[in-house]
Formats: sequence, structure tokens, C-alpha cells
Amino acid sequence: MSERDLKNRQAQWLERDYRNALSGRGERKKTFETRSGLPIRPLYTPLDLEEIHFDYEKDLGFPGQYPFTRGKDATGYRDNFWIFQQYAGFGDAEEANKRYRFLLDKGQTGISIALDLPTQIGINSDHPLAEGEVGKVGVAIDSLEDLEVLFNGIPLNKPRQISIVANAVAPIALAMFIALAEKQNVPTEEMVLRIQNDVLKEFIARGTYMCPPGPSLRMCSDVVTYCAEHHPNWLPMTICGYHIREAGSTAIQEIAFSLANAMEYMDHISRRGFDMAKVLPKLSAFMSVNMDFFEEVAKFRALRKLWSTVLGQRYAIQDLSALNFNLVNFTAGSSLTAQQPMNNIVRVTIECLAGVLGGCQSLFPCSMDEAYCTPTEQAVEVALRTQQIIAHETGVADTIDPLGGSYYVESLTKSIETEVLRYLEEVGSRGGAVKAIEQHYFQEEIAEASYRLHKEIQSRERVIVGVNEYRAPEETPIEIFRPPRDTAEKQELRLKKIRENRNDSKVAGLLKEIERVAEGDENMIPVLIEAVKNYATLGEICDVLRNVYGEYEDAPLLARR
Amino acid sequence: MERRLRILIAKPGLDGHDQGAKIVARALQDAGMEVIYTGRRQVPEQIISAALQEDVDAIGLSVLSGAHEHVFRRILDLLKEKGASEILVFGGGIIPRDDAAELKRLGVVEIFGPGSSTDDIVRIIDQEVRKRRLN
Repeated sequence: MSERDLKNRQAQWLERDYRNALSGRGERKKTFETRSGLPIRPLYTPLDLEEIHFDYEKDLGFPGQYPFTRGKDATGYRDNFWIFQQYAGFGDAEEANKRYRFLLDKGQTGISIALDLPTQIGINSDHPLAEGEVGKVGVAIDSLEDLEVLFNGIPLNKPRQISIVANAVAPIALAMFIALAEKQNVPTEEMVLRIQNDVLKEFIARGTYMCPPGPSLRMCSDVVTYCAEHHPNWLPMTICGYHIREAGSTAIQEIAFSLANAMEYMDHISRRGFDMAKVLPKLSAFMSVNMDFFEEVAKFRALRKLWSTVLGQRYAIQDLSALNFNLVNFTAGSSLTAQQPMNNIVRVTIECLAGVLGGCQSLFPCSMDEAYCTPTEQAVEVALRTQQIIAHETGVADTIDPLGGSYYVESLTKSIETEVLRYLEEVGSRGGAVKAIEQHYFQEEIAEASYRLHKEIQSRERVIVGVNEYRAPEETPIEIFRPPRDTAEKQELRLKKIRENRNDSKVAGLLKEIERVAEGDENMIPVLIEAVKNYATLGEICDVLRNVYGEYEDAPLLARR
Repeated sequence: MERRLRILIAKPGLDGHDQGAKIVARALQDAGMEVIYTGRRQVPEQIISAALQEDVDAIGLSVLSGAHEHVFRRILDLLKEKGASEILVFGGGIIPRDDAAELKRLGVVEIFGPGSSTDDIVRIIDQEVRKRRLN
């Protein structure tokens, strides 16, 4: 059929078949839009590809090849599945170690360490501000000794990847792992450590910051450049859209703001004179998989294309393979409902499927009870089984990028790309991500989107099953996990013992040395390695950094009225 | 004219997830209440002093980190200590049902978990503050 014929046939179909069939009743809602607000047509055909000037070579290419739209690896999942991960950790290192062994025993192939909040913001378990928080949302790590216990009986090279949610404290986490690898006698090239190390999104969204943005950038970049030189197979920076999305952004904002952050880090590292072709491949991206199935799949494809084209141009990268990255997908905690929690198993399944069709390298499913608590063993096992079922039973991993070429998905991918570029221009005109953070630009954009979505749910324009429709008259209680109550006490005792048994004057000297390095320009990782090996505690090291760099304070803000 | 309801929304402890707190703050504002939002990482003492200084009718606490038991108890104790128990306390976050029931037993007006309707929150806070003003 010629293009003209197709145009006529399609117009006819729309007028006659579609509209006639609807006549009287009308469509079931006023507008059809993706969650990000992109309009959705009743049908997509080759004409839609024409409209966006779709060009196979330029827009898609081949898996493992620039611009990587169809996937990071040439082999897709035909050589190996993505890494099965579950974010885990609570209590003290001994308790968390038991959970890791349980998960490895059930077929998890990566370990992902959740840290408690005191650890994430760089204070010890015996600090007054830590009261009530020790061992709650993750495991408490006060010193290298805790990490040693955490990996007791688990050689660091056993999982395919170990990841850790260290951002403000990323340099210390890196130092601890280097020290632990030495103690365990595991060559670092035999293991893969992925560090989150994205502090900018903490200012924008999640809030586990420590120092102000300027010095935070320097600490993040020390982690990246140290690994680029000494541990080239590690993944020392994970650009996070997940937390931005969880704070209420749209899918488009999620990847736009992530890319803006990536540029800020890379600009900083580039100004410090590093070879960007060596640094860029160290990055991973950590994104949310939410419920709007096709928009999510398109988002991941658009992200790969934008990442490679935008960053490639910005840093004039010749070797295009440097523009490839690991995509880590985590299902959306905020899509879980406290109402009828068993339904969350279904939500997580759908999100996992979108994550896989989007071409992720690791996948983290949430557990169905997370609107109430840290998951029970049973709940986390179902979550792990969910991804195993998708991998082994559905066949979706048997060909690469199976949704590639879908008129709809390609149209969405392009629309997302266009909208993201618009945001990037705006952030650029504000002087980059740090400036945009200081101007509260991201925060306000996210708060607006979040409130808009809330109002749609409130007015039942958007139905959430069990929440604003199909409600149960009485909720059936589920089993609740309780982290151990004695973690703070145990940690206090451990800290006391550490302080008794170590060489205090050596530690004091090393803390002085950290201060000197922090004030200057040299990479701080080597001195941190020395310090953690001598059991300087996380809190002591962070006190030094806070003294040198200052502390960031949240600005209480409400959307303008 | 009757004084508008004044509400303090606070993020106690180290938890940084503030989407819920901001949505509730905005919904209360949209319903005509005056809302003060503290920002993150507030210790109970700071929250109480802000509440007294701003002369609020109610304090809304958002905790997603599992530190709710510690935080809510401390806030209620401090209010008693300061002789300000007429200030209502409500909350939300990731809080297991049994814990929510226990907090209500201790004097928290209501725990609004995930999926709560902000219309309900507005209605209940309005009603409870008025009740307390009459007493």
C-alpha cells in the first residue's frame, strides 16, 4: 500500500469504523494520556513513524551499538539473564548476613546492601540523632568490622555484583570494600562493586545528604576517578532517577533530571582534567519501573539513546562504546498499596516485565508488604521468584528488544526524547543541575507533578485498585516484619570494643591526614583506606569531612501560591 | 471571625522521603488552613518549639523510616511537658497497623497510611480541632 493509500484508509477507519462504533457512548475517558501527560492516539501505524521521521539506523541501530536504543549488550539476554537482586539489609551486620545467605540460597545472583539512615548520613549508631533509626531501613555499618561480619562466609566474588546505597558516604564505603577485599584475599578484578554515589539526587529527592553540593561533587568524583584508575571493572557511580520518580516526578522528569545530574558530575570531573572516555563507562543508571507499561519501556529506550547522544556530544567522545551503561531497574515502591497488599504481587510482576522489556542489566522487584514494613522472608522470596518466572517461563528474554519497531513504542520513545531535551535546555539555561537545585527548580517541578497525580487519584480520574475503587470493606492483616530491637545496643557495644582495641593515636593521625587531604585537591580514597583499615569509624571520618566542608540544611518549602 | 486552622507539618528523624508530607501540606492549604512545613531532619525538640512559636492547632508527622514509635512518643511527651497537650498530633508514613493502633491509644488522633484520601485528612483534622476548641 502506498503512503497515500494508507493515509486515506486510516482516515476512513477513524471516521467510519472507530467513531461510528463509539457513537452515542463516546470514549471511556475524556483524554488518553501517559502518566507523563503525553497524548495517546487510538491507533498507531506506519504513518506515525513517518511523522516522527523515524530512521532505523539513526534512531535504533543494533543492540550493543550506538545509540544503544535497542540495548546495552549485543547478546541481550541470550547469553545470560539480568542480575537478580533484592535490596536488603536491617539490624546489625550479623542479622543482615543471615538475610543475604537466605537470598543467595534462593537463587539471588547479586547482593544489594541497604544501609540504615544514620550510616547513610555519616553518623555512628551511638550518635544522639541516630536514636530510633539504627538498623531500621537498612543495616548499621559503623566501621570496617561491621562490613567484615556482613560478608562473613560470603566471598566478595561470589555474587555477580555487590551494590551499596552509599551516597554522602560513598568514599568511605569504597574504602571499606577495598580493605575488605584485601582481608578476604579476593582480587578486586574478580568482583564487581556498584556504588550508588549520586548525591545530587539526595538534594533533589531523597534527602540523605551530608555536605553541601560543591564539596559533595568533589567526593563523588574522587570515588569515580579512583575506581577508573584502580578498579576499572567496578561501577563507582549510579545516576539515579528512581528517587526523583519516587518523590513524585513524571517519567520524563525522571530521566531528564538524571541526565542533568550526570552532566554536572561529568563536567566537574572533566574540569579536573580526567579523560572522559575512561570515566563515562564507569556510570550506571538506576531507574524506576512504574505501572504505565509502555511509557516505561519507551523511557528506558529513550534514556539509552539520549545518554549516548547527549553525553557523547558534550564530551566529544570518539570511542562510542564509552557511551554504553548498565541499566538498573527497581520497581516503584510508591506504586505499592497498603490496601489489599496481595495485589502488589501483580503490580510488581507487571513492572518487572516492563523493566526486562526495557533492557535492564539488574532488576530489583519490591516485595508486596513494603507499604507496611521491611519485607518478610516470605514476601521477598515471592519478589525474587517473580523475576525468575519472567526469566525462565515467559520467553520474553529470548529475543532482543522485542518491542522495538512497535509503532506505538517508537512514537513514545521519540516523544519522550523530545520532551527530555526541552528540560535539559531549561536546566542548561539555569546553569546546570547544582544551580537548578539551589533555585529549587527540580524540587518544585517534582512537587507540582506529584500533587497533580495525587489530585487525579483523589478525584478518581485515575483508578488505583483497592485504594479509590474496588475497596475492601475490611482489610485482611498481613504478616509484619520487625527488625530486631536491640541493634542500637549491640552497635554501641561494638563501637566501644573497637575504640578499646585499636591504636587510637594512629587513628587520630589518620583523621588529621584526612582533614589535610579534604582541604586540598588530591584524591581522598587512599587515606580513607588507611583510616578504615585502622578502624576509624564512619562517624569519626564524617565529622572531619563535615568540619572541613560544612553541612547541608534542607530548605523547608511549599509550592508557591 | 473564627481563626483559620494552623497546622505544622514536620519530617522528624533522618528520613528524607517528603512526598507525602508535601502533598498533605498542600491539600490542607487548599482547604484554607495555614500550614507551616519544617523541612527534613527535625528533632522532636525543634518540632515542639516551632509548634509553640507558630501557635498551631495540630502537628502532622511523617515518618517512613520505622522510627515512628520513638518519634511520636517523644513528641507526645514533650507536649505534655510543655503543657501544650491541646495541640493535636496526627501522622502518616510506613507504619504497621498494630503500631498505628498503639499510637492512637497513646493519643495520636489518626495515622493516615499510604493511599489515604486528603479529603478525609482535611475533614478529620478540621473536625478534631473544632472538637478540641469547644472543650
